[in-house]
Amino acid sequence: MSKRRVVVTGLGMVTPNGLDTETTWASIIAGKSGAGPITHFDTQGYSTQFACLVKDFDVSAYMPAKEARKMDTFIQYGVVAAQQAIADSGLRFDERNAHRCGVMISSGIGGLQGIEENHQKLLEGGPRRVSPFFVPSSIINMISGQVSMMYGLTGPNMAIVTACTSGVHNIGQAARIIAYGDADVMLAGGAEKASTPLGMAGFAAARALSTRNAAPDEASRPWDKDRDGFVLGDGAGVMVLESFEHAKARGAKIYAELTGFGMSADAFHMTAPPEDGRGAAASMRHALQDAELSVDKVSYINAHGTSTPAGDIAETRAIKSVFAADAKRVPVSSTKSMTGHLLGAAGAVEAIFSVLAIRDQVLPPTINLENPDPECDLDYVPHTARDAKVTATLCNSFGFGGTNGSLVFQQI
Amino acid sequence: MSTIEERVKKIIIEQLGVKEDEVKPEASFENDLGADSLDTVELVMALEEEFETEIPDEEAEKIRTVQAAIDYINKHSS
Repeated sequence: MSKRRVVVTGLGMVTPNGLDTETTWASIIAGKSGAGPITHFDTQGYSTQFACLVKDFDVSAYMPAKEARKMDTFIQYGVVAAQQAIADSGLRFDERNAHRCGVMISSGIGGLQGIEENHQKLLEGGPRRVSPFFVPSSIINMISGQVSMMYGLTGPNMAIVTACTSGVHNIGQAARIIAYGDADVMLAGGAEKASTPLGMAGFAAARALSTRNAAPDEASRPWDKDRDGFVLGDGAGVMVLESFEHAKARGAKIYAELTGFGMSADAFHMTAPPEDGRGAAASMRHALQDAELSVDKVSYINAHGTSTPAGDIAETRAIKSVFAADAKRVPVSSTKSMTGHLLGAAGAVEAIFSVLAIRDQVLPPTINLENPDPECDLDYVPHTARDAKVTATLCNSFGFGGTNGSLVFQQI
Repeated sequence: MSTIEERVKKIIIEQLGVKEDEVKPEASFENDLGADSLDTVELVMALEEEFETEIPDEEAEKIRTVQAAIDYINKHSS
């Protein structure tokens, strides 16, 4: 069976850099950090007291308060990003097409906020104080559920949970669902809101976070020799994927074609990558094979690049092993230097950046790369965005558990 | 100090996201005010919290209208 072609026809996002795609993208191209001090809870005693938070998000601008109350904040972000992506695509759903349209939007962590609040109620008032909406408003597949209900979409409805690779895996598998013929349209992506007291404490305990409290906007510094961990980020990204034929038939605006998806596992350690980045390399290779694209044709890599000491070196080595002589040529940047690490939403937001790089023929920068680590010696597009001919982009995500995913987008 | 009726209506308005003029005495939570079964569970919890009382499940099941809620609280609050 021949694969059906899959294209990107709608984009939506809520990020620390903006409440929609274009505001976020303008901030990224301008090289601005979304980091700042945490003020929504008392961070005394926390080794990390900052994050990349979503600012000025007023959910009542998007949905009735009664509905919003039944959604953990990560679900609200995901639903709003989906609403934006659908509006951007110009799609209209009705009884003729709704059964061919599905949703795959997840999260790496899920509803920590609701878990913490309801646990507090349980401790203080006993089991009768726990909200009847606690479970349905916290579970990870409820973004997909809510979006299907809002738009009447009765096609495939799922949520792949693979930590920080969730966004990429959802987009890749959603594309496969279209390519295989199970749906014509899929909304795919991820959402996250882990900057809660428990979330911050947990990631800090795992020694994963930067502790650069004096300068939050300089804390996410992938490949810099003074990097000391990632900066937690909140937000969501959703893209509308559509079969090429379906998009063409309705005269849709097409951003790019999703030509490749690759996956792999490190089979190595719960949180650390192998030093040679072999799992990451396998993921990239599989995506390029799927796209039938040689490395010399790749214009840009949106790296996982979290700003952790081990991860940045492993990814650099992985790129070198896959790209060989082309590793010195291909520009690689980490937009996490500006957005922070959106965990389950990271891959979705970064896939959108990889698509916008093609649309606007521009490479987003890596900020804060003042003194590159000697072991990190690729072209990381430091400090400022760069105009470039962009025909094919590769987007990487790697997650706890050693789970990897890569996507290839191409100009159409 | 608000009356019990005013306090009950205020909670219904907040919990169910409805307008004040919709909260008529005979209005049914599920048929008139758009509540589902989980909404009514949460509404009863909010009433318990506001009036510092515990409403047994078998009693809660009978509270289906605005007036039934007001009557229950009137009868059981000191």
